[in-house]
Amino acid sequence: MSKLLTVSPSPHVHSSESTQKIMLRVVYAMIPAMIWGIYMFGLDAVRVGLISVLSCLAIEFLIQKYVMKVKPSLTDGSALITGVLLAFNVPVSLPWWIIIIGAIAAMGVGKLSFGGLGSNVFNPALVGRVFLLISFPVQMTSWPVTRMMDVDAVSAATPLAIIKEGIKNGIPVSQLQGLPNLSDMAIGFNHGSMGEISALLLVLGGLYMLWKKVITWQTPVSILLTVLVVSGIFWMINPEMYVNPVYHIFTGGLMLGAIFMATDMVTSPMTGKGQLIYGFGIGLITISIRMFGAYPEGISFAILIMNAFVPLINMYVKPKRFGGQ
Amino acid sequence: MSITVVYTIVTLAVIGAAAAVILYFVAQKFKVIEDPRIDDVDEALPGANCGGCGFAGCRAFAEACVKASELGDLNCPVGGNETMSNVASILGLEAVKKDPRVAYIRCNGTCDHRPKTSSFDGATTCAIASSVYSGESGCQFGCLGYGDCFDACDFDAIVMHPETGIPEIIDDKCVACGACVDACPKDLIELRKKMPKNRKVVVSCRNQDKGGVARKACSVACIGCSKCFKECPFDAITMENNLAYIDSDKCKLCRKCVAVCPTGAIIEENFPPRKVKPEEKKETEPVN
Amino acid sequence: MLKTFKIGGVHPPENKLSKDKKIEVLPLPKTVFIPVAQHIGAPATPVVKKGDEVKVGQVIAQSSSFVSTNIHSSVSGKVTKVDFSADSSGYPKQGIFITVEGDEWVEGIDRSEDLVKEISVDGPEIVKKIQEAGIVGLGGATFPTHVKLVPPKGMKAEVLLINGVECEPYLTSDHRLMLEKADEIMVGIQLLMKAMGVDKAVIGIENNKPDAIKLLNEKCADYNGVSVQALKVQYPQGGEKQLINAVTGKEVPSGALPIAVGAVVSNVGTAFAVYEAIQKNKPLFERVVTVTGKGVEKPSNFMVRVGTATSELIEAAGGLPENTGKIISGGPMMGRAIASLDVPVTKGTSGLLLMQEEESKREEIQACIRCSRCTSVCPMGLEPYLLMTLGEKQIFERAENERIMDCIECGSCSYTCPSSRPLLDYIRFGKGKVGAMIRSRKK
Repeated sequence: MSKLLTVSPSPHVHSSESTQKIMLRVVYAMIPAMIWGIYMFGLDAVRVGLISVLSCLAIEFLIQKYVMKVKPSLTDGSALITGVLLAFNVPVSLPWWIIIIGAIAAMGVGKLSFGGLGSNVFNPALVGRVFLLISFPVQMTSWPVTRMMDVDAVSAATPLAIIKEGIKNGIPVSQLQGLPNLSDMAIGFNHGSMGEISALLLVLGGLYMLWKKVITWQTPVSILLTVLVVSGIFWMINPEMYVNPVYHIFTGGLMLGAIFMATDMVTSPMTGKGQLIYGFGIGLITISIRMFGAYPEGISFAILIMNAFVPLINMYVKPKRFGGQ
Repeated sequence: MSITVVYTIVTLAVIGAAAAVILYFVAQKFKVIEDPRIDDVDEALPGANCGGCGFAGCRAFAEACVKASELGDLNCPVGGNETMSNVASILGLEAVKKDPRVAYIRCNGTCDHRPKTSSFDGATTCAIASSVYSGESGCQFGCLGYGDCFDACDFDAIVMHPETGIPEIIDDKCVACGACVDACPKDLIELRKKMPKNRKVVVSCRNQDKGGVARKACSVACIGCSKCFKECPFDAITMENNLAYIDSDKCKLCRKCVAVCPTGAIIEENFPPRKVKPEEKKETEPVN
Repeated sequence: MLKTFKIGGVHPPENKLSKDKKIEVLPLPKTVFIPVAQHIGAPATPVVKKGDEVKVGQVIAQSSSFVSTNIHSSVSGKVTKVDFSADSSGYPKQGIFITVEGDEWVEGIDRSEDLVKEISVDGPEIVKKIQEAGIVGLGGATFPTHVKLVPPKGMKAEVLLINGVECEPYLTSDHRLMLEKADEIMVGIQLLMKAMGVDKAVIGIENNKPDAIKLLNEKCADYNGVSVQALKVQYPQGGEKQLINAVTGKEVPSGALPIAVGAVVSNVGTAFAVYEAIQKNKPLFERVVTVTGKGVEKPSNFMVRVGTATSELIEAAGGLPENTGKIISGGPMMGRAIASLDVPVTKGTSGLLLMQEEESKREEIQACIRCSRCTSVCPMGLEPYLLMTLGEKQIFERAENERIMDCIECGSCSYTCPSSRPLLDYIRFGKGKVGAMIRSRKK
């Protein structure tokens, strides 16, 4: 025998699964929504996407190499996902330097300050997004026009912003101006950020991830159901003041958040039961902010708040043990 | 000034006063009476919380000292005699002098001496490797080199030798807390009496196999030939299970055993280079 | 209707390369080394010494307590020494070295191939004979069979489960045995049922062995109370608790033995050994061993005498492939990697798996991404990621509360981890420490 025999503890075989493959599948799942975004917003979407991805990769590399002094882990694909998600979450008109600041917040504060992949408590892309939303409220809420709209318009309000204005000024839902109809919104003829406009393509990505076992059904289903039920109750009480619950489901970043952000493995609970609780919390906070809060959209805040509860959920919600308790 | 400000001040003052009264009674109710000497003793200890004394930490050791009627069984290896005499004077007890000790890793099985017969590929801790199998070489007693002792040392007194992969103790940093002794699954590490100038004469091997087997696995193994045992003028060497052992409390560092050892399993350290044949004994100063 | 266990499980590639290879009798080796501890419990005490002449089937080491069993010579010849030699763990274990001379069997062993269907002994006698014949669980756990057959006070066995699952990839020894010795196994099951005083036995077989399911189903018609349950292919279905759960739907409570739910599990190999011991008067000194691997020239199933060196088996299967990186005694999920080819076949050796170099190295460890795959595949409903961290950080009290002792070490967690983390390594380490902690508490 030319070489020494290897001895190691069992098991001696390993599944073909790897972290990199999982991360890449998430990226594949985002491609349909990405293409739609580029189609709707044109080259600006490409610009935002490239700046966001490249700066996330660069920041991860620089911090790991020069600050943490560990082997950079760009190939695991997690920085790529954060970059794409950040781009999905911001207006495509955002200046390049704000995107880079967002990437620094996402990667530096949201991820690497906790120790890198697997150790972060909060979803990095959302940390970046919320940081920008608070720091640059004007730029972050000026939504550029899409190709479907009147060329004279320079910016457009998102459906949720219109609804929020209505609530503030006491205008009944039926009289609100500029709301797209439901089917347009579901398909993606809509205003907002590049990633959130097409609910259907996001669901398509979600189904792919479910099929590939990247995500589980519990988190998205429980978020969407909670939003549906809670907004439905309010709508039944007063349909003049509150919009149709189905409208809530298809508008804003809810789909994007429920399918791509809340399901982030690192920052969501480990058990199915835990994920149901987590999703319920996100749904409840989201709809509360949408209806009663200062911001038109609440999914980002909701996910970040529930991220903080994940360790607690993991502590108390245990899988079903074999052989009873 | 608006009346609101007055209200605010009054309300805060009332709440503050009420809280103070409640806290006072709570403090009275739950007061723990503790021997003040525990604090004093705790102060005198090094505060490393290494557990080398056998207690959970310095505080627990201080409590034990205060309770004890004599300090014979209690010793802080980190602080040594100086600390223990301070503790004794606080408590009005007599200090018991203990010889300072230092850890030694009894294996010299480097790659040159001990050829590899297999390679391990699992979680890199000695504890796990030793539970999987006997080790990468033919010697089932030797150092595995995954550094459980290194991880256990709180005093940076152990370094992993970059070439041999075997850990080494830095004598001046070692406080003989014994953490590495407990960490080593092969039971290689021993706390030996600290000799002047850190001199050492040690059987650097734990192999209990028969001579031939041991020798085949490692060129510097103790083969249990008993030559050193017969040579030792001070009865410091004992033989058990094909293995020689030098009792550091009896050894006078004459180094006769080193000279007769056929495999070089007995190691001398920190001696000046030998000039002539080591015939004259007691060349070292008497050991306290 | 296919059944399986309810919690967790994985499905590694089956790679049953040797499933169509008939069981061949391996030529007698020149020397054997028979360890005296081939079972769980106290090692047997050698009763021969250097220079003694022994015959095949002669007791050479006597059982030393209730949870222990006899060791019989597997060859005839001269005892060269009673000494220590490395077993699969690399640590030396006591055993008996015999130089083979001829093949002379102890008188009274029926060497014919004829099937003896008539059962002429009663229950207690069967248990006694099983004990004398040195029969242990041949699935790999090697627990003395006679101990299992006598339930503790206050408990009653209701059903006998026969484990023909063979959920480990590559291994085919049980599969071949079921195909070639079906009648013998059925009689063995009848004997075990009689010994336990139960009237129902279920053979659990995974669906990837349709020929065995069909054959044994046909045989069931001739034997009262025995039935076959086809099972969905899912690892670790061969685990006692998982098999009980799959077949009966019951869960063995944490820390309890299968008898707590009225079940006793035995391997098909054990049933065959019981048949031979009682109907043929032949003690356990040989067994079927699969020799397999992607690089192996002739993947085979051999009938091997206990004590034969690993190297002889590999030679018979076409020699050691050039690029062998790892040799595993047992299956790839729970088997032990061995460091030397001198390691002998023991009663618990179900197979030898030769892995090629590129298969045998572990992948680089990456950070845990908390994907929770380990939690979802754990058949015991544990949280391996948490148990690993607790083991690593040596927080053993919490590990005990998280039920680390329930772990059956099936390796599904390490197998499935996308970050290639050594979950089971640390859990096993933690289990050892927690076990020691529990024992010291009892004292």
